[in-house]
Amino acid sequence: IDTRTVYVANRFPEHGHYVPQRFADNRIISSKYTIWNFVPKNLFEQFRRIANFYFLIIFLVQLMIDTPTSPVTSGLPLFFVITVTAIKQGYEDWLRHKADNEVNGAPVFVVRSGSLVQTRSKNIRVGDIVRVAKDETFPADLVLLSSDRPDGTCHVTTASLDGETNLKTHYSVPETSVCQSVSQLEALQAVVECQQPEADLYRFVGRMTVTQHGEEIVRPLGPENLLLRGARLKNTKEIFGVAVYTGMESKMALNYKCKSQKRSAVEKSMNTFLIIYLIILLSEAILSTILKYAWQAEDKWDEPFYNQKTEAERNSSPILKFISDFLAFLVLYNFIIPISLYVTVEMQKFLGSFFIGWDLDLYHEESDQKAQVNTSDLNEELGQVEYVFTDKTGTLTENEMQFRECSINGTKYREVNGKLVPEGMTDELGVLLANTFLRTGEELLFLKAVSLCHTVQISYDQSDCLVGGGDPFSHVNGFSSNHMEYYASSPDEKALVEATKRIGVAFTGSNGDTMEIKTFGKSEKYKLLHVLEFDPNRRRMSVILQTPSGGKVLFTKGAESAILPFTTSGEIEKTRLHKGLRTLVVACRHFSPEEYINVDRQLNSARTALQQREERLQEAFNYIERDLQLLGATGVEDKLQDKVQETIEALRLAGIKVWVLTGDKHETAVSVSLSCGHFHRTMNILELLQQHSDNECAEQLRRLARRLKEDHVIQHGLVVDGASLSLALREHEKLFMEVCKNCSAVLCCRMAPLQKAKVVRLLKTSPEKPITLAIGDGANDVSMIQEAHVGIGIMGKEGRQAVRNSDYAIARFKFLAKLLLVHGHFYYIRIATLVQYFFYKNVCFITPQFLYQFFCLFSQQTLYDSVYLTLYNICFTSLPILVYSLFEQLVHPHVLQNKPGLYRDISKNSLLSFRTFLYWTVLGFCHAFVFFFGSYILMGEDTTLMGNGQMFGNWTFGTLVFTVMVITVTLKLALETHFWTWMNHFVTWGSIAFYFIFSLFYGGIIWPFLHTQDMYFVFVQLLSSGSAWFAIIIIIITCLFPDVVKKVFYRHLQPTSTQKSQVMRGGGAGALKTSAKWECVMASHLQVVAWEPL
Amino acid sequence: MASSYNAKEEDGHHSGASSGAGAAKNRKPDNTAFKQQRLPAWQPILTAGSVLPAFFVIGLIFIPIGIGLYVTSNNIREFEIDYTGESSNSPCYSCAKNVTWNSTEPCFCTVNFTLERPFESNVFMYYGLSNFYQNHRRYVKSRDDRQLNGDPSSLRNPSKECEPYRTSGDLPIAPCGAIANSLFNDSLVLYYIDSNNSQSEVPLVKKGIAWWTDKHVKFKNPGGNSNLTAAFQDLGHSTAKPVNWRKAVYELDPSDPENNGFINEDFIVWMRTAALPTFRKLYRIIQKKPGATPTLPSGNYVLHITYNYPVLSFDGRKRMILSTISWMGGKNPFLGIAYITVGSICFFLGVVLLIIHHKYDNRNTSADIPS
Repeated sequence: IDTRTVYVANRFPEHGHYVPQRFADNRIISSKYTIWNFVPKNLFEQFRRIANFYFLIIFLVQLMIDTPTSPVTSGLPLFFVITVTAIKQGYEDWLRHKADNEVNGAPVFVVRSGSLVQTRSKNIRVGDIVRVAKDETFPADLVLLSSDRPDGTCHVTTASLDGETNLKTHYSVPETSVCQSVSQLEALQAVVECQQPEADLYRFVGRMTVTQHGEEIVRPLGPENLLLRGARLKNTKEIFGVAVYTGMESKMALNYKCKSQKRSAVEKSMNTFLIIYLIILLSEAILSTILKYAWQAEDKWDEPFYNQKTEAERNSSPILKFISDFLAFLVLYNFIIPISLYVTVEMQKFLGSFFIGWDLDLYHEESDQKAQVNTSDLNEELGQVEYVFTDKTGTLTENEMQFRECSINGTKYREVNGKLVPEGMTDELGVLLANTFLRTGEELLFLKAVSLCHTVQISYDQSDCLVGGGDPFSHVNGFSSNHMEYYASSPDEKALVEATKRIGVAFTGSNGDTMEIKTFGKSEKYKLLHVLEFDPNRRRMSVILQTPSGGKVLFTKGAESAILPFTTSGEIEKTRLHKGLRTLVVACRHFSPEEYINVDRQLNSARTALQQREERLQEAFNYIERDLQLLGATGVEDKLQDKVQETIEALRLAGIKVWVLTGDKHETAVSVSLSCGHFHRTMNILELLQQHSDNECAEQLRRLARRLKEDHVIQHGLVVDGASLSLALREHEKLFMEVCKNCSAVLCCRMAPLQKAKVVRLLKTSPEKPITLAIGDGANDVSMIQEAHVGIGIMGKEGRQAVRNSDYAIARFKFLAKLLLVHGHFYYIRIATLVQYFFYKNVCFITPQFLYQFFCLFSQQTLYDSVYLTLYNICFTSLPILVYSLFEQLVHPHVLQNKPGLYRDISKNSLLSFRTFLYWTVLGFCHAFVFFFGSYILMGEDTTLMGNGQMFGNWTFGTLVFTVMVITVTLKLALETHFWTWMNHFVTWGSIAFYFIFSLFYGGIIWPFLHTQDMYFVFVQLLSSGSAWFAIIIIIITCLFPDVVKKVFYRHLQPTSTQKSQVMRGGGAGALKTSAKWECVMASHLQVVAWEPL
Repeated sequence: MASSYNAKEEDGHHSGASSGAGAAKNRKPDNTAFKQQRLPAWQPILTAGSVLPAFFVIGLIFIPIGIGLYVTSNNIREFEIDYTGESSNSPCYSCAKNVTWNSTEPCFCTVNFTLERPFESNVFMYYGLSNFYQNHRRYVKSRDDRQLNGDPSSLRNPSKECEPYRTSGDLPIAPCGAIANSLFNDSLVLYYIDSNNSQSEVPLVKKGIAWWTDKHVKFKNPGGNSNLTAAFQDLGHSTAKPVNWRKAVYELDPSDPENNGFINEDFIVWMRTAALPTFRKLYRIIQKKPGATPTLPSGNYVLHITYNYPVLSFDGRKRMILSTISWMGGKNPFLGIAYITVGSICFFLGVVLLIIHHKYDNRNTSADIPS
């Protein structure tokens, strides 16, 4: 069925064929799981991850064939990983359930059986009549039936849906708008037929059939009749509406979309490393299998008299044996793929991201906003940004329009304390003068024009001010105008109307087609005849009004370039304002009655035209908006945000290129760019503007490229406008990119939202694949925020759209510096070390096992006991790295923030470069060789290690290797740690202690449920041997010593700037507590600093 | 993370706009050291300055330790003799040729050797095997620790891991498995030939060669140590001896009930599988004699071997080792050398770093950070 039929108040026809339709209930479900499906659904989703699936396969292989380790060894870690992830996801889902319940359980008023009943939001059914009071949100998509106003209109704001903060008027059908009480609604017989739910917020087609006195009246319904779920009722005491789309079928729910998963560069390199390790694993397994067959070719090796095979083993087919041998080796070495890597990374990101929200430096006192993390997946990407794309209005600036000055009839005025003061006068004299001087002629007309030519709505703060009924004017008289608040779609308009109010010409409200202003206390009513709406091509808007005296006048307001060409009189030459202001020009045109009749006819015919309505309207507008009389111009200033200049400078020092993308016009954009330090005075500014043809554009680009090559000494800035950009991108992408890359600052003006995203994508996909960050505050920035690697929303005035679609949200632009330079740096270092360390410790873990195969005929004998195999990753070595990755600070945050250059040290994913990866992997192999052969030389000389002459066995050998390994791997991390909080101490020494305590305990008992007691007292015996202690110490030192030497040599011979700043800080912060030994180390250090020539 | 939608956002409420100045600033993060990442912390940096003392200290400690270990190891006397008999001029040649698993007749051979210097203190007698893979997986797991712990049900029904040495005919094997089955069964007796050419037997102690915990906890005879025959034979279900054994487990040392059955120390020693294919196992201890006389005076000795264990089939070797022991175990120069080497390198690098520290440090740290 294409349409749904909704019986208002569910009064179904008593006779006739009626098929009830089924609709969704009004429950909003954002949660993914229920109690019942959580386990199967969550498991399914987790095993879709490659790593988890891999371990599941290994586990199944262990279950099916005879493998060297029991299934528990891989089953338990897998279970652990799955459980941790499930707990995290379950917790997140529980939060969603809670939020859902809050929304679904919100109290709403519904008309049922003749009275107003309070119920829960989730109980609303399609067809219910719902009452919504002022400032409440609509609980479902409603067709407006009536409001408390006689004309049945209401105002809503849709800020939470599309980010538009202006008030929108919605209408009801005349037949229902009279039903303002419950009893009247009870008598209403109406049916709504409308389309099936669809996501488009601005489309709604339907009709309402009202039965009155036995006859049916059909009325069309459009989007202006539909109140969307999530929008908020403003300015109207209460409304009644009938629910047509409920729950998940409401337009808001349909607009919910899964955000595309952004993956960080670290994750990508992590996957590359995993693949490399998988290859290492496979080749080790293949090599072992081949060697096994080579070494066991002879019976005396394969099956000596002391070690016969069973019949079944002898008789199994060679191919099957080969495969199962290969699988067995795979199982034996499978721990080289770090199973807990993903879960640790996830935990690190989840827990680590709290620090952003907790940071006081990212907290904005005035608006009580702290930084917000929407996805923790990208924390480390904050440390990798190479390009920042920033919006201008609301991001660099406050988006708080302040009326600064105006030019009336060629004279420039400034606003001082609510008075217009002509330029060049001292304030006091000016104010005195202004009082007398301003009331005449052009000035007044100008002010009236400004206060009438707009689409501003008024909201009254006090709800009781509307009690009496519909006419807003009556209340304005009764209450001080402080209670009204202007709502406008453009902040400029709001600023202008507010300014004229301060000066004395106040817009006090509109009712239907009447607009009222109070000119210095005197009320005047104008009849609004036509509104010629704003559109971006014309860049102006006009109103046609009937003055109280009966004359018809057109007021128009718009960009300089859009109005000045059409003016015929007025002080065109003298009307100039300060360059950095957002300038709007105001003009008027008086119509003679004959002219107006003509205008009226033209407009009406265009508006009702069925074909080419757009074009005909444009034509009509252009016909009307000419022969204008210039009244003046207004200058509105958008204040720069705090510390924008410093922030941009810091980003530039950090090697980040900053591009400003704005919809504003060229002059304004350049002046803001200059004032915020994006462009320097010393910069040579190149322009690519107003290109109309392809060839022209290419020619200009080539010219620019030449100029860049000629003088590469000074810095260049580039200004591009939207039109030229689209030309440049269409054919000359490469050339354009080349020009851009050589410019230190780029400013794109007159950009459409999609163009912003296009620019981001262009850079993102350029050959260097730089990491991009987009920051913006408005709905028009959403596309670029989603496109960039990292999207940052500014919690500004333009609704929450950008914030909701962003990955991180901050209150002010200046916070970006700390977010990137400090948090980004830390997160990157932490996660990079985490990833490398994980691979390292697993190489250390498994390589001795591989080497042991050379000494046991490739029989797949494990070196370590299976309990150790199981617990290595989840108990013995898991916590130190997690704590490290949460708290590590290799340089003090202040240093990072004050020396943005340090950011370059980690750019281009340098800590996860192939070289560092190779270093860690080779280090892992080297350490593994030292563990194994160190222990081998010690014990392989086949002498006793105990003072009583008794001998050790294979399990003692494995335990020795394992002990050395656990300690070395933990200490290796300790060497990497620069920031030792008590937690680091606790987990580092705690892990080693835990290993010892656990081993003593594990080896101290005959475990009744284990069928072998291999480890019984092995650990104690090992520790009772003096040689073993000496061996453990020497092997650990041998492993870590070259690493320390390497670090020290590199630090002194080739120090990175990060290391240098550590030293600087080290000198200063040396007074920090701890052992006497350290004090003395610090002392020698202070000396180093002191030696420096200043 | 996939779902970013949050139902609560529906009301589009943000306090910045609607909660006035009067509302409490409740979103302000706490100013705690933890949340602001300002926890007190020790921040060590590995610079030449900070590691230099460590290097010197390590060097100064390790070199003496190394010398101590090396001297200790060097003071240990060790004597080793291979009696495999694979070459025709070896005294055990014929035994090595003839002995198989099935031979019932023991083969005897004697090996003469001379100790140049006397062995003081306790002397430990080991047998060594080469090319014997006790660490083969099939071998390592072929045992039933429950059975060895005296569990009667495992005695009757040994673990499947023991295959193919689990049952013999219908009877369960005790002790089952490949390890037990291949128990080393040569017996070695040492005679001292004194100046008048008369042989005197050197007393060999067979107690204290296995780990105390193994002997007293891990290994237990079923039904106590008295009346082993009954435990293994009667009780309504008898067990078979391992196929390669000449005598049953309760006949391993009939003279001493504390050393018989599963708790026979030779058996326990064998059951501790060696880590590498060449290994030694403790066989007997020669106790120190009272007074100043050396335990084994220098001179000629003869080793009487009951040659039962065939090793030539897998290119194996058999050795007898006599060794004295220090507190750190047997002769092992590796540790001493390692300590001396590492200590010296540390010391040397300490010197190098000292030079670097003086020469380069000034220049480098004063260089500005590029921006």
